[in-house]
Amino acid sequence: MLAYIIRRLAYALPILIGVNLLTFALFFMVNTPDQMARVQLGDKHVSEEAIEQWKAQRGYDKPLFINTAENSEGLLTDTIFFDKSARLFVFDFGKSDEGRVIGADISERMWPSLAVALPTFIIGISVNIVFALFVVMFRASMFDTAAMVLCVVLLSISGVFYILGGQYFFAKLWHLVPISGYLGGTDAIRFLILPVIIGVVAGIGGGTRLYRTLFLEEANKDYVRTARAKGVSETAVLFRHILPNGLIPILTSVVVVIPSLFMGSLLIESFFGIPGLGSYTLDAIQAQDFAIVRSMVFLGSVLYILGLILTDISYTLVDPRVRLS
Amino acid sequence: MELLKVENLSIELLPGKYQQAGRLLVKPVSFSIQAGEILALVGESGSGKSLTSLALMRLLPEALAIRSGRVQLAGTEVFDLTEAQMNSVRGRMAAMVFQEPQSSLNPVQTIEQQIGEVLRLHKGLSGAALREKIISLLHEVGINDAEQRLGWYPHQLSGGQKQRVVIAIALACEPQLLIADEPTTALDVTIQKQILELLNELRRKRQLAVLLITHDMGVVAQMADRVAVMRDGDIVEQAVAREFFAAPTHEYSRALIHSLPDRRHFLSAPAQSEPLLQLKDVRVWFARRKGILQRVVGHTKAVDGISLTIGRGETLALVGESGSGKSTAGRAILSLEPLAGGELYFAGKRIDQLSQRQFLPLRKRIQVIFQDPFSSMNPRMNVRDILAEGMIALKVEPDAEKREQRLQALLQRVGLEAAHLDRFPHEFSGGQRQRLAIARAIAVEPELIICDEPTSALDVSIRGQVLQLLQELQQEMGLSYLFITHDLSIIPHLAHRVAVMKDGVIVEQGDTGQIMTAPQHDYTRSLLASVPVSPV
Amino acid sequence: MNELVSVMNELLSIKPVVLWSDVLIYSLVVSLGLFFYQLSKNPLARQRWRAVFHSRAGVASFIVILFYLLIALLDSLHYREPLEKTAGSDEVHYSQEVRSVLDVVLTELRNKDEKTYSAPFAIYSFAKENMQTEDGVVYRDFPRLANAGQHLADEADHGMDIFVRSMKALLVAAFISAVIIGLHMAWRHRQQHGKALIAQQTLPWGTIYLTLSALVVTCCWVLELSKEYHILGTDKVGQDVLYWSIKAIRTGVLIGTLATLLTLPLAIVLGISAGYFRGWVDDVVQYIYTTLSSVPGILLIAVSVLLIDVYIETHPEKFNLVAIRADFKFLALCFILGMTSWTGLCRLLRAETLKVSQLDYVQAAHAFGVGHNRIIYRHILPNITHIILIALVLDFSVFVLAEAVLSYIGVGVDPSMASWGNMINEARSELSRDPVVWWSVAAAFVLMFVLVLAANLFSDRVRDAFDPRSA
Repeated sequence: MLAYIIRRLAYALPILIGVNLLTFALFFMVNTPDQMARVQLGDKHVSEEAIEQWKAQRGYDKPLFINTAENSEGLLTDTIFFDKSARLFVFDFGKSDEGRVIGADISERMWPSLAVALPTFIIGISVNIVFALFVVMFRASMFDTAAMVLCVVLLSISGVFYILGGQYFFAKLWHLVPISGYLGGTDAIRFLILPVIIGVVAGIGGGTRLYRTLFLEEANKDYVRTARAKGVSETAVLFRHILPNGLIPILTSVVVVIPSLFMGSLLIESFFGIPGLGSYTLDAIQAQDFAIVRSMVFLGSVLYILGLILTDISYTLVDPRVRLS
Repeated sequence: MELLKVENLSIELLPGKYQQAGRLLVKPVSFSIQAGEILALVGESGSGKSLTSLALMRLLPEALAIRSGRVQLAGTEVFDLTEAQMNSVRGRMAAMVFQEPQSSLNPVQTIEQQIGEVLRLHKGLSGAALREKIISLLHEVGINDAEQRLGWYPHQLSGGQKQRVVIAIALACEPQLLIADEPTTALDVTIQKQILELLNELRRKRQLAVLLITHDMGVVAQMADRVAVMRDGDIVEQAVAREFFAAPTHEYSRALIHSLPDRRHFLSAPAQSEPLLQLKDVRVWFARRKGILQRVVGHTKAVDGISLTIGRGETLALVGESGSGKSTAGRAILSLEPLAGGELYFAGKRIDQLSQRQFLPLRKRIQVIFQDPFSSMNPRMNVRDILAEGMIALKVEPDAEKREQRLQALLQRVGLEAAHLDRFPHEFSGGQRQRLAIARAIAVEPELIICDEPTSALDVSIRGQVLQLLQELQQEMGLSYLFITHDLSIIPHLAHRVAVMKDGVIVEQGDTGQIMTAPQHDYTRSLLASVPVSPV
Repeated sequence: MNELVSVMNELLSIKPVVLWSDVLIYSLVVSLGLFFYQLSKNPLARQRWRAVFHSRAGVASFIVILFYLLIALLDSLHYREPLEKTAGSDEVHYSQEVRSVLDVVLTELRNKDEKTYSAPFAIYSFAKENMQTEDGVVYRDFPRLANAGQHLADEADHGMDIFVRSMKALLVAAFISAVIIGLHMAWRHRQQHGKALIAQQTLPWGTIYLTLSALVVTCCWVLELSKEYHILGTDKVGQDVLYWSIKAIRTGVLIGTLATLLTLPLAIVLGISAGYFRGWVDDVVQYIYTTLSSVPGILLIAVSVLLIDVYIETHPEKFNLVAIRADFKFLALCFILGMTSWTGLCRLLRAETLKVSQLDYVQAAHAFGVGHNRIIYRHILPNITHIILIALVLDFSVFVLAEAVLSYIGVGVDPSMASWGNMINEARSELSRDPVVWWSVAAAFVLMFVLVLAANLFSDRVRDAFDPRSA
């Protein structure tokens, strides 16, 4: 087990380097440090010295990937790429182009993100599983057909409309909750209710449909026939045999997103004015702050890879057939 | 007193997405079973025998329905019961054993939970009493160390053990009727025999009525008191077993009985001809990796040093159970698998060190026929393209017009029609497909054909025809066959010599007559002992 | 005759503009046609498609998708009109505005701008304005709209007028549908004469007629009513919302199709090579797609789109027309969207190739010495196309929905381009107004919903028919 985890972490290294290479290559394909300096300093007629100074301050005065001027030691290390990405591996995100400390921002803003994302995730999955079980219980009936039509309709509606509709009815028309905003402490609940509800509702269509398929797949397996031949009642077959087996693919497929819950949701956070990482990223995108975007890309990749490892581990926990090697 | 009485039972496929009208899958059938009796319901795949058994338990899939008839089980009208009452019949009065032990156990429940469920349900047992009962059941079906195995999951058991657990579940509540649907088909022959013996013993001990569903006449001969032959949804003959084998009345029954092996006549080896293919100490190993760096820590020795010789015009049968490495050996000869050691000679020349390009001329001379006729042909290509592919790739007949004529002649040779060239594989039956596969192999005029279980996916009545065709072709074209099979029963008609393989090595080889009548090795003897014999 | 000549002259004087996305969408339609022709030759594939089109939901959604596609195709034939010649110069200058054939059809909608917001079917503006009475007194009130309901003699007739026009449209539509359906039924009757047996296995014509009639009714009603009213109101600068939401169809349809197609070759080549050759090829491909998919999709898109923006800013000389700039950005967006989604398809194709290349028929081909290229082309590719197909139809609706979200975040299509995302984005701030300006959002919602629902229904049928697991 431990050897397995270590190996997986070792595999993650080249992937993270690849992610960094990708973001760097993308960015510097269209941009040069000089252009960055000009954009940041604002003026078209900036003096050469000012640009050089800006670059030197932020470490953009080196070659991008390969420093031919250096000897073998500094060939790869004394470059912008190494400089900027090596620090990421110890989670030192440095400063944003505006001069804010990114690491501090992240640790401050990930909690509101989590406050929205975690309840949405847990409630969402539970609701979907319950609905799916309901539908499977009445499979091949009118109820099943109607529920599936409803699911297709629900999943054909863009998330944006769920948010706009929710805000309009719940907040504006009926004044049940504030339209947007966020406060710390217990006050947060008032602001969280609507985003969580909307997050859950927006996912019902797709989730229920997927889980129904997974349950039905189990329902057609031979061991279910064995259970029926034992004289187990239909309800007991559903809950004792189909459910535990169907939960395996469901649980293991959602585990991958758990670490990424910290990243929050771009859409929900910005619509509801929640000061989480999602809206942080969005602001950075709109302000074209490369340092922040790069940090978030890196963080996202790390969390994703963590999710993959967790997925494999979760298999061994819930499925007796799987052993890690 | 009849325990089970079935009268005019018929089953239909309900109208659905793809067909408008319902279709009768089982015509009205009637039969009965007495306590302590085994009735064998025999038929080939698709004859409706499994559906009949599911209908008895009212377990038909949703798309099917019982059209007519009545079923009496120990005096109870089964079709009059409510679903809740039916649940107290299933598992308690009548129990089932299915074909695939692999999939018929719940993968995430322990043995104890799965056997316990049925006891809890019908007997209300719990706690220590339950545990004790489970252990005694496991002992009864022949599982050793039952106490330790209670917490095991199905995947930790072998196929035979799993089937024993399924039988334990079925017998847990002492039912009066046991329906066994191909209980041994998915098992290796040696295990097959043990399971059948177990069933027979339990039947005697408990006075069970058994409905044994099978396609294997050997199993019928060994087990049945009475036989019912099913074909296309209808029972064509019902008789007491001894009379049935002695004097079958229906033509189809005769064909089935005829498929049983004749252990008295053997092919004699042809006059010692020049060796065509020689294997010397051939090894095929697969690397096993482990640890952080995935180092190779060992090898799975699929084939571990086998030596064989096949002469021109000769058939060598390579016999073994699944996992013995016999198919891997075949693939190695075809250069589809790299050798870990040893030497391969074809027509006197060494061929194991050739590159794929250098091997190309040999592909024309060594061909292959696979087991599964459904996966051995590309479903997106028509018969013409399938047959011509090899001829084009190996430049056997570059001229398109002549090739067309050759293809038509080929199809007729293997018993199909020239007009079939434009059809696609799915339009053919299993037997016809296997004929196509043979046509494809002989299209390039090979000298040696590796036949990898070519008949094991076929129904018995068709099996004989395909083997017959192979033998005719051997005589016409002077072909040599390496015949890979797990089925000893077909060997007497077919092979000149036999090699028995186990765990990657050959334990015994010799002339067919000698191996079949005077085997030297224990393993060969146990294989032979499990081959069903015609009682006549 | 003279009229014809003048029309011809006018036609000759325009300057066609070929945008890259136009080329792509038309070549896509052509290649899809070829693909289906190829498929129709294989009985197995034909049988599966029959299952798709013999289901009512399948055929109805297909017609709706075709209708959208038709609009998108009309909107993909671009040209520039010549400007009036300036005195003393023979040189022809062309308008900076790029139009499409669809604009010609919708001329009436396009040329009916108001000053600012107005509600659907309104004849008064949404905002008060300073106005003067005839005797010079200034007062504030809602002004009449310049291009809506001008023909009404009496404002009280407003409701009645809408009703009468609706009825008229309905009659015309009923007539048109009746003619089409009648003609077709007569034709079918002639075709089937004496072939009664085949009639059992036929398309659900009732559903087809119903869907077609519904489309005809909608079109007639919209065309008739939009002559005198803004059916869906006007937006902030007084443009007709209906016009823009129809124009947005092209964006939606193109993004749904091009995004997958642009990266399809990459997914196919890498997926098949990884699954077929295995070994180090597999390692490299797996590394590439794990790396790409580990970047949060929306961030990758955001970064890339930002960079495209920077590129456009720094190379203004390459994008002399607004339309060309928007088109470049649009294609880039499609490509980027594709880049974030091809990894999933690649993974599926790799797995399926692994499975297929173990099958006996591939082994048999090896035993015949058939070369790798030929095995891949003849044996592997045809047996994994169903996965590509399912991915295509599944991704379609995903991309249409994604466009709305991305445009809202500000990393979507160019703001100058008509798109549902842009419409939502513009209208979002107005939702807090009282009374609410809801029609832009509603229009985008309805048009998008119909397309995505049709796509989802269709993809369900395709998956049912082609995925062996769901059978």
